[in-house]
Amino acid sequence: MRPLEERQPTLAVYKFASCDGCQLSLLDCEDELLAVAGAIQIANFPEASREVLPGPYDVVLVEGSITTPHDEERIHDIRRAAGVLITIGACATAGGIQALRNWKDVDDFVNIVYANPQYIETLETSTPISDHVDVDLELRGCPIDKGQLVEVIAAYLQGRKPTIPTYSVCVECKRRGTPCVMVKGTPCLGPVTQAGCNGLCPAYDRGCFGCFGPMESPNTAALADQWHALGIPANRISEAFRSFNAWSGAFREESDRWEERSPV
Amino acid sequence: MSEVRRVEVDYLARVEGEGSMKVMVRDGVVEEVEFGIFEPPRFYEAFMVGRQFTEAPDITARICGICPIAYQMSSVHAMEDACGVTVDGQLRELRRLIYCGEWIESHGLHIYLLHAPDFLGYESAVHMAADHRELVEQGLQLKKVGNDIVTLVGGREIHPINVKVGGFYKLPAKSDLDALAGKLEWAREAALNTVEVVAGFDYPDVEIDYEFVSVCHPDEYPFSEGNIVSNKGIDIPASGFNDVFTEEHVERSNALQSRVKERGAYHVGPMARYALNYEKLTDSAKKAAANVGLGEVVLNPFKSIIVRAVEMVYACDEALRIIDAYEPGGPASVPVEPKAAVGHGATEAPRGMLYHRYEIADDGSIVTAQIAPPTAQNQLIIENDLRVVLEDNLDLPDDDLSWRLEQSIRNYDPCISCATHFLKLEIDRG
Repeated sequence: MRPLEERQPTLAVYKFASCDGCQLSLLDCEDELLAVAGAIQIANFPEASREVLPGPYDVVLVEGSITTPHDEERIHDIRRAAGVLITIGACATAGGIQALRNWKDVDDFVNIVYANPQYIETLETSTPISDHVDVDLELRGCPIDKGQLVEVIAAYLQGRKPTIPTYSVCVECKRRGTPCVMVKGTPCLGPVTQAGCNGLCPAYDRGCFGCFGPMESPNTAALADQWHALGIPANRISEAFRSFNAWSGAFREESDRWEERSPV
Repeated sequence: MSEVRRVEVDYLARVEGEGSMKVMVRDGVVEEVEFGIFEPPRFYEAFMVGRQFTEAPDITARICGICPIAYQMSSVHAMEDACGVTVDGQLRELRRLIYCGEWIESHGLHIYLLHAPDFLGYESAVHMAADHRELVEQGLQLKKVGNDIVTLVGGREIHPINVKVGGFYKLPAKSDLDALAGKLEWAREAALNTVEVVAGFDYPDVEIDYEFVSVCHPDEYPFSEGNIVSNKGIDIPASGFNDVFTEEHVERSNALQSRVKERGAYHVGPMARYALNYEKLTDSAKKAAANVGLGEVVLNPFKSIIVRAVEMVYACDEALRIIDAYEPGGPASVPVEPKAAVGHGATEAPRGMLYHRYEIADDGSIVTAQIAPPTAQNQLIIENDLRVVLEDNLDLPDDDLSWRLEQSIRNYDPCISCATHFLKLEIDRG
């Protein structure tokens, strides 16, 4: 390929096990989409275009988790043809809610949903992309924040580091002026969850349920104890950590700790 | 020696999720037509077992990033059905409003970004924008108005957080809704223009005798309440779904295929809703349809794009009506106490009827879950259409034939991520 100074950089978008919501975030940039398409060539984005230009690609966005033998192979081909590989969303960065299979026997799951299990090819686990290939940057969220997506693409085009917060949702609530819902007795994962949603749920009078996964160095044990003091049974505390980012380190460990306790 | 012609598309573009197409023609006779779904299964019905009934709207939203409201609405209605609770008054109206937002957003996405490029001969809307910039801008802004409604009522456009069993976590302020009115007035004009623009496209001459199925309400164009009705005699409450329909698992698909037990393939989506509920459209939506010569029943699947545009007009009218009448006050939700029971919910996702069934226990935990997404229900009819379109177009060269067949699949706005529990295109002319 010609050097970047002499041509438009190229963008590719790939999907693995997921709901499509994170790549939709790109099409949801209604005010920016045509400008983005002017600055970076959309070379391979099947949801948006029939045209597929040959790789390698300068920027590759990957949505979804690895759940099949075929996808386990495919991600390596994608990595080889990628300049910068960015994973987008809880499925790609943590395995997604489909990682709940990781605690169960997947054959049981196949049997519950499908009449002819022999047609279904699936792995025992749902795992993040970073378990399989090197990832240059992870964008958290279920779904991702489209502002963060535009920031990452803009930062790449400008040759700078993107500004993505790693502090907790609590900081966003304080900045937004939202009264703490835990103080009113509503269990909230905000103190251990990475920012990115702009403190959304507490602003709607409900507790955070962890869309952006664990913040940097979360104290999940202290928060879980506080939930228990509010009267939340152990099994429900375990389930709270087991949603869209269930398989990410700190949430996984805390969920296991409470699963082992008696249900009350 | 026989002459075999294959057309295969391994990865369908401009659809949501992973699907394929494969057809084979031997000596001018169509031998094989396959709409495949290779989207990896995620096992929602299995891992929801044991979770709390209150979690269903947040969890099932994640089945689909394009139509999370449909999943939230079918699940809350099913749970409320199980628990013997009816949500009425302004909470019901707000649910209709947020569904209007999803229809405008999803129809806007499909008409302008996914489907119109087929009719105008472009690979994508971005390519189309080079020659039709104002049209693409109009589509993006229409889509944005839909997303603005979902964001205002639901908190954010993808996987909204404000919908709960029993109602909402927090009610929007009157002033916030009023701020939408101006945008919706613009959107209604843009939707009326959309009807005219898409009606001007060239359409293949084809009509198919469908069994249309949709939710029907006596007084309203359907979103979330009413019987499941067809033009061939079905008229049942949602609880009767499994008596009339069956879901089968076939090798080429990770989605279960639905059929009417007695007859086979059926058609859900905008054309079905329109045919079965035409008289409940607003006057301006009816007039927009009449102005472009659209009858009260549309049987040409390629004209689904015009019906979508008419439904956008309706959704703008309905949203404006709700906003105008909205008076905040009262609780944001009604209490819902769990009890051991079975509940059903059938609502109209932008791409067709979405059925949920849950069995819950006394403590509110989910015992069994069943989800029948619209694209899974449409799989068979999509293959039937492919066969008809293929037979009508055998004289086309492979590239043009493939594009026409892909367009035929996109008539259904398939959402493959949803359907899997879903799609792969190969054309084999054998």
